[in-house]
Amino acid sequence: MTTTATTGLTEERVLQLRADFPILAEQPAGVPLVYLDSGATSQQPRQVLEAEWAFRTRRNAAVHRGAHTLAALATDDYEVARDRIARFVGARPTEISWAMNATDALNTVALSLAAANRAAVVDPRLRIREGDEILVTEAEHHANLLPWQRLADETGATLRWVEVDDDGVWTADAALAAITERTRVVAVAHVSNVTGLIAPVEQLVAAAHEAGALVVLDACQSVPHRPVDLHGLGVDAAAFSGHKMLGPGGIGVLYLAEALGAALPPARVGGSMITTVTMTEHEFLPAPQRFEAGTQPVSAIVGLAAAVDYLEGVGMSAIEAHEVALGERLALGTASIDGVRLVGPRPGEERAGLASVIVDGVHAHDVGQLLDAVGIAARVGHHCAQPLHRRLGVAATTRASTYLTTTEAEVDRFLDALSGVRAYFGAGR
Amino acid sequence: MSDAPRDPLAGLYQELILEHARRREGEGAIEPFDAERFLRNPTCGDEIRLRVRLDGDAVDALGWEGQGCSISQASASVLAEQAPGLSVAEARERIEAMRALLRSRGGVEAEEALLGDAVAFAGVARFPMRVKCAMLAWVALEEALTELDAR
Ligand SMILES: Cc1ncc(COP(=O)(O)O)c(C=O)c1O
Repeated sequence: MTTTATTGLTEERVLQLRADFPILAEQPAGVPLVYLDSGATSQQPRQVLEAEWAFRTRRNAAVHRGAHTLAALATDDYEVARDRIARFVGARPTEISWAMNATDALNTVALSLAAANRAAVVDPRLRIREGDEILVTEAEHHANLLPWQRLADETGATLRWVEVDDDGVWTADAALAAITERTRVVAVAHVSNVTGLIAPVEQLVAAAHEAGALVVLDACQSVPHRPVDLHGLGVDAAAFSGHKMLGPGGIGVLYLAEALGAALPPARVGGSMITTVTMTEHEFLPAPQRFEAGTQPVSAIVGLAAAVDYLEGVGMSAIEAHEVALGERLALGTASIDGVRLVGPRPGEERAGLASVIVDGVHAHDVGQLLDAVGIAARVGHHCAQPLHRRLGVAATTRASTYLTTTEAEVDRFLDALSGVRAYFGAGR
Repeated sequence: MSDAPRDPLAGLYQELILEHARRREGEGAIEPFDAERFLRNPTCGDEIRLRVRLDGDAVDALGWEGQGCSISQASASVLAEQAPGLSVAEARERIEAMRALLRSRGGVEAEEALLGDAVAFAGVARFPMRVKCAMLAWVALEEALTELDAR
């Protein structure tokens, strides 16, 4: 195929990239693997594994501590990694701090806001009181819902949400209408992990800032798949996970815009984040170290920087175009199968490179089992978005998510297998 | 198992299972009842609400409502077909046999005499992620009986 050759990735290029991913040659179910679960976790290219190996075998040491040369080399790698990741998302290095994963990063924001509101003197920009509002959407991943539920409980604020329609889609108009002068935090996913819907972030930021609210972006499904410029978007905080962007597990990123990073107290305290400590008092380092209590997973951070290098080498715009084309192919293909209901934007409407479906009369786990039997690794379940699934009227959906290594042929194999599911289970009989 | 055409699912979805998943024997809330259990499999969202009524020391009636994959629904259906008329001790023995069958990873021979149609679930043993689905209704009954024992 050549349709996206100018802006996306040619088939030849994709096949070349695939050779970098050892796991794609595996046959866990005894047949060639069709990996359509990058939305849950992505696979790692050799370059990332080698970068980690090289660090661990040649430069490993505790960073920002001690005076020996190895420690200096490790510290250098560590801070260079931060610089690269900052550049990758259009941020300053001081705005990037490490987390375990996106869930951890989102918790850090909510817990820090709770801590700020427990302080004797509350910074007015961070103040959340009874009667104030925290706004999310009905489609959020639990990682971007539960921390806000708890923060609302702790501060007496009201959690509000933008409702979705029968397809699981919410509109900019509804979201903008829900932002009031009482709104203190707006927390949304940039790209939904279930519907592939892309949030109108700039509009939300403009309205939220007008109302004096902070905007927290769950960028888990955007940063790995498309160019993201956090300064351009203007959000106050953002979170994403390394394991979803070709990087290792155990490392996530918390972006705190300079002003918020300077105002927010740390949720966790301890070593590596202080200037002076006495038996009764302590003084914190500025961001980002302030949010990095304890020893960080340095080799994973080095691996994540290598992942970013790899992604930049391929080109984020090309990856985006490639996946958008595959997402549209998935949407069109699934929507045309009898008894299969596509969730999210309709074919032809903007969507990311993933699609979730409901197979009429067949539970998603049975769908997943049948797909697995022909080598297709898709995700079935509630995708950590139970409220969304409840609204859709099902307990689980089946999701295919693509990445830079996904081919059109793989999408077609998924569509082909999906179209045989109802007959296999005798649905509609 | 015949060699052609090869079923990639190696007998997981026996016709009897698919048939029970559609038939849903015993579906519905019985009244009156002696004990009720609600169980949920958090990994996949399968859920069941099971009620049991005893007559002396025997299971008199069993009813269930739930939603989930064909394995979990079929196993509830098979259980509902088998349980009425069993003594509590027999029901427990059968639940244990089912558990042994499902946890065997294909290793033990099914106790066909004891399990009856439930041997159709033997194939599930090779799919460890589905064992909980197949046990859901059976564990619900086990817990209901334990609750009654304690009374
Ligand atoms: C939209 C979204 N938010 C948050 C998360 C949580 O990511 P993690 O489990 O890496 O913390 C995920 C991944 O499952 C996601 O897709």
